[in-house]
Amino acid sequence: MAKKESTFLNMVLTLLIITGLSSLALSGVFELTKGPIAKARKEKKERAIKAVLPEFDTMLLKMVMPETGKDSLEFITAYEDSLWVGTAISTYTYKGYSGLIKLMVGLLPDGCIERIAVLEQKETPGLGTKIADEKFKHQFIGKDPAKYILKVKKDGGDVDAITAATISSRAYCEAVQRAYDAFKRDGGNK
Amino acid sequence: MSQKKNFTKGFLKENPVFVLLLGLCPALGVTTSAFNGLGMGLATTFVLVMSNIVVSLVKSSIPDKVRIPSFIVIIASFVTIVELTMQGYLPDLYEQLGLFIPLIVVNCLVLGRAEAFASKNTLKSSVIDGLGMGLGFAMALTILGGVRELLGNGAIFGWKFIEGDGILVFILSPGAFIVFGYLVALLNKINKTT
Repeated sequence: MAKKESTFLNMVLTLLIITGLSSLALSGVFELTKGPIAKARKEKKERAIKAVLPEFDTMLLKMVMPETGKDSLEFITAYEDSLWVGTAISTYTYKGYSGLIKLMVGLLPDGCIERIAVLEQKETPGLGTKIADEKFKHQFIGKDPAKYILKVKKDGGDVDAITAATISSRAYCEAVQRAYDAFKRDGGNK
Repeated sequence: MSQKKNFTKGFLKENPVFVLLLGLCPALGVTTSAFNGLGMGLATTFVLVMSNIVVSLVKSSIPDKVRIPSFIVIIASFVTIVELTMQGYLPDLYEQLGLFIPLIVVNCLVLGRAEAFASKNTLKSSVIDGLGMGLGFAMALTILGGVRELLGNGAIFGWKFIEGDGILVFILSPGAFIVFGYLVALLNKINKTT
C-alpha cells in the first residue's frame, strides 16, 4: 500500500481519526477501572484506620480545621459498644523532602498515641521512606504528646530521627503534632 | 535479519539502556530497588509492544508530515491505559512508580522504536522488536535496581540480608550514575568479546 500524501485534508483527517479513537478507548478504560480504583483507595484508608485504633464497631466522620495549615483534617471517631475508644486523624505536612506526606494518627481518649500509619509519601526511596518502617514508628507508640516532645533530638525533642533523613523525620513530627493540637482543641469526642 | 536475532538484539547487542543509551530518565530515576526496576521495565514493555503493533498496522495510512504527533497520541493512550489499570489493580506498585508511569510517554525508547522500526517493518517483526527491546529494558532496569539496592540497602527484591544502613549514596541519584557507568563499561566489554 502506498504512503498517503501529506495533503492538508489527509493530515487533518488522520489526526482527527487517531485522536477520536484514542479518546474512545481511554473513556472505555476509565469507566472499567473507575470502580477498582475507588475501591483500592477506600480499602487502603480503612486498613489504615483499623491499623491505628483499638478494636471498634462503629465510626463517625467529621472535618476539623487545624490552627496551622491550609487544609482541614479528617477525624474518624471510633466507638466500641457506644463507648469512645479512640480517634483516627488523617493529617498531613508539606515539609517532607518532596512535599506532601499524609499520615493516619490514632489517638486514645486520653491523648496518647496508639499507632501511626503512613498514607501517602514521596520521600527518597531507601531513606525518607523509612518513616513507614516499624523501627521509626515504634518510638511513638503509647507516648503522650503533652509530655513527649514531638521534635527530633537535633531540635531539642525526644524523637530519634532516621539517619540521613532528618527532614522527613521532622516533617513526620510536624504532621503528628498538627493532629494532636487539633485533637486537643476539638476535644475529640464532641 | 532473522526473527531470533531481532528478538535477542535488545538484550546485549542493542540493549536500549546500556548500548543505545535511550530512556535514561526512568532508568536512573526509579531503580532504587530491583522490584521498582522490574515493574517499570514491564510497564514500558507493554506500552512498547502495543504501540509497535498499532504503529506498524497504521503506518501506510499516516501521512509523513503528521507521523510524530500520531505516534505520540498512540503511545500516550497506551500509557494512560497502563496507569489506570495499575492504579486499580496494583495500587502498591502504582504508589511506588506513580510519578514515572506518565513519563513513559516521553521515554525516547518507545517513540524511537515506533519511528525507527515499527513504521518501516512488518507487524510480526515489530511485535518481536518491541518484546525484545522492552524485555532488554526491563532486564537493564532490574540489574541496575538490584545492584543499587544491594549496595545501598543490603537487600535484594526487598529481602534484607545485611543489617544496617548500607552505602547510602547508591540509593541517591549520584549512585545511579556510578552504577550505570560501570554497567555500561561491563556491557561494552561483553559486546566486544562476543
